[in-house]
Amino acid sequence: MIQTPMPAAARPTKALPAKALPAAAGLGFKPEHFEAIAASRPALGFFEVHAENYMGAGGPPHRMLEALRRDYALSLHGVGLSIGGPGRLDRDHLMRLRALIDRYQPESFSEHLAWSSHGEAYLNDLLPLPYTPETLRLVCDHIDEVQEVLGVRMLLENPSTYVIFEQSSIAETDFLAEIARATGCGLLLDVNNVFVSCTNHRADPRAYLADFPLARVGEIHLGGHAEEELPSGPLLIDAHGSPVADPVWALYAEVIGRTGALPTLIEWDNDVPEFPVLLAEAERAGRVLTAAREGADVRAC
Amino acid sequence: MSAHADLIAAFHAGLGGGALPPGVTARDPSEAERRFAVYRNNVAHSLGRALAARYPVIERLVGAEYFTALAAVYLGAHPPRSPVLIDFGAEFPDFLAAFPPLGALPYLRDVARIEAARGRAYHAADRAPVAPARLAQAGAAPGAARLALHPSVQIEHARYAARSIWAANQPGAPEIPAIDPARPEISLILRDAGDRVLVLPLGPGDAAMLAALMRGGTVLQAATEGAAAHDPEHDPGALIALLARAGAITEITTEIITETEDSR
Amino acid sequence: MTMIDKSLTLSAALAAGLTLAAAATAQAEGAMEKCYGVAMAGQNDCAAGPGTTCAGTATMDYQGNAWKLVPAGTCTTIKTPHGMGSLEPMKM
Repeated sequence: MIQTPMPAAARPTKALPAKALPAAAGLGFKPEHFEAIAASRPALGFFEVHAENYMGAGGPPHRMLEALRRDYALSLHGVGLSIGGPGRLDRDHLMRLRALIDRYQPESFSEHLAWSSHGEAYLNDLLPLPYTPETLRLVCDHIDEVQEVLGVRMLLENPSTYVIFEQSSIAETDFLAEIARATGCGLLLDVNNVFVSCTNHRADPRAYLADFPLARVGEIHLGGHAEEELPSGPLLIDAHGSPVADPVWALYAEVIGRTGALPTLIEWDNDVPEFPVLLAEAERAGRVLTAAREGADVRAC
Repeated sequence: MSAHADLIAAFHAGLGGGALPPGVTARDPSEAERRFAVYRNNVAHSLGRALAARYPVIERLVGAEYFTALAAVYLGAHPPRSPVLIDFGAEFPDFLAAFPPLGALPYLRDVARIEAARGRAYHAADRAPVAPARLAQAGAAPGAARLALHPSVQIEHARYAARSIWAANQPGAPEIPAIDPARPEISLILRDAGDRVLVLPLGPGDAAMLAALMRGGTVLQAATEGAAAHDPEHDPGALIALLARAGAITEITTEIITETEDSR
Repeated sequence: MTMIDKSLTLSAALAAGLTLAAAATAQAEGAMEKCYGVAMAGQNDCAAGPGTTCAGTATMDYQGNAWKLVPAGTCTTIKTPHGMGSLEPMKM
């Protein structure tokens, strides 16, 4: 169903499907866990996959994703669209995403406030951009195009960053809020990324979260980070290779205390442990969500 | 160019070892270079790991440290052109063959070609095997029957003993046996009906017959080409049986196609 | 053999092969219990690897013979006519 493009300002966001992930804990799917998941059918809210890993023509990846899809809600998380890049979006890649969305009908599609391609080269990293009126317009145009081509309301994720730009004239939280307002997109709040970026830039994560447009959040990410020491203090790396850190759990509980239960993903991409370890992390997030539903003091979890 | 385009171009150049991009800084500006290096290293590391995921036996053969350095050189010459990394590294076998420091290990290219073929087989399109009852048609009318084979089916001709080297470097394989790397080998790579990617030995007769089948020849034409390869171990029935058991025969047509018609 | 004889012989061979195929389950020979390469399913992710400020910073300039590294994996254990590892005679 190819639609003729319409001007961004005139696009009715209400036409986009209002599907949503369940407000429960989910896990990033790792193929090595497929057997364990199929055998135990754990009570999880959803699974999330990186879209680019399912863009082959066929084979086991699709077999596994079809099986997961039958039993669980699905979040499709893109890592390669380069929404923060200066050029035009890769039309072929958008079409691949659309084909995946048509095939698997995920409850959610999300991408990153970052760039990852330049010219012909794909760099396989979520690279940072300065926050300026120019980049704001650019990102909004790109998100308009994504939502138009894919026919879904997307979620945009806040990044982990290691440097800042002298060029930036807009705070990241304001930047994200304005994008959400202008495009109608939702936001994916990665609480670990908040902690990583704020620590790296010697800022207060609670102040960041106080400024964050929480009403726009459609999903939360939690992951582990690594720590290095620089002369001025710690440098945190968004490594997704360890359990979620305690200060991140604390921030998460505070967010959920304000927003109520939200779909929450545990990410673990490097040094992936046995499935029960991931499940235990998801259960910990689940306890925070349950407490929020029951009105308990979530910080007690 | 816009300011953002200029900045991203400079950032990209910096990732490849160029200067710190203008405006990139930190609360303590003296740390900007070290912090920028996180991105530089992530790009090199993540793409190097993606290459190693496609070529694990090459990594094992040359060692992890050597592979990391090799990947950096390869990336400089052949960066990925698509965000879909399952297609990344297609030029690696030929790159290995043309890389002078590896001149003493000429079999690496052939081993890498097996690994590349396995990657393609893993992600190849799905096709259901033909129903067993229909297989009999091929035997009853070999002069008319043409087989459609699974998209994962590939033949790899190696000048060196690539399959033996590949197999000896799988987990759980006994310690490396005496292999004469200079012995040519032919391999059949396919994904079977159980989704396993197999690397099977193929004699010259089997290879000639399979190639003829893949070109759309009739079973009889293919078997005749197999016989012409003067391979005493070649048995056309055994090859067909192997393909059938693996679920690699996905269609059988028995219509007579004249020479002038396109055999599709 | 005439063409017809050849066709009959092949038909018999093919029929035998197909009988075998029908009888056997999808038990393909040569299947390794476990192969490297299952990671083929997932090379894209959104995490930073452990390649951080200290790892991999050296720029790898390869210019002609400036390459100093020597392969040190299992290739050194492959027996060749020229000794272990190399397919070329050792240069003394």
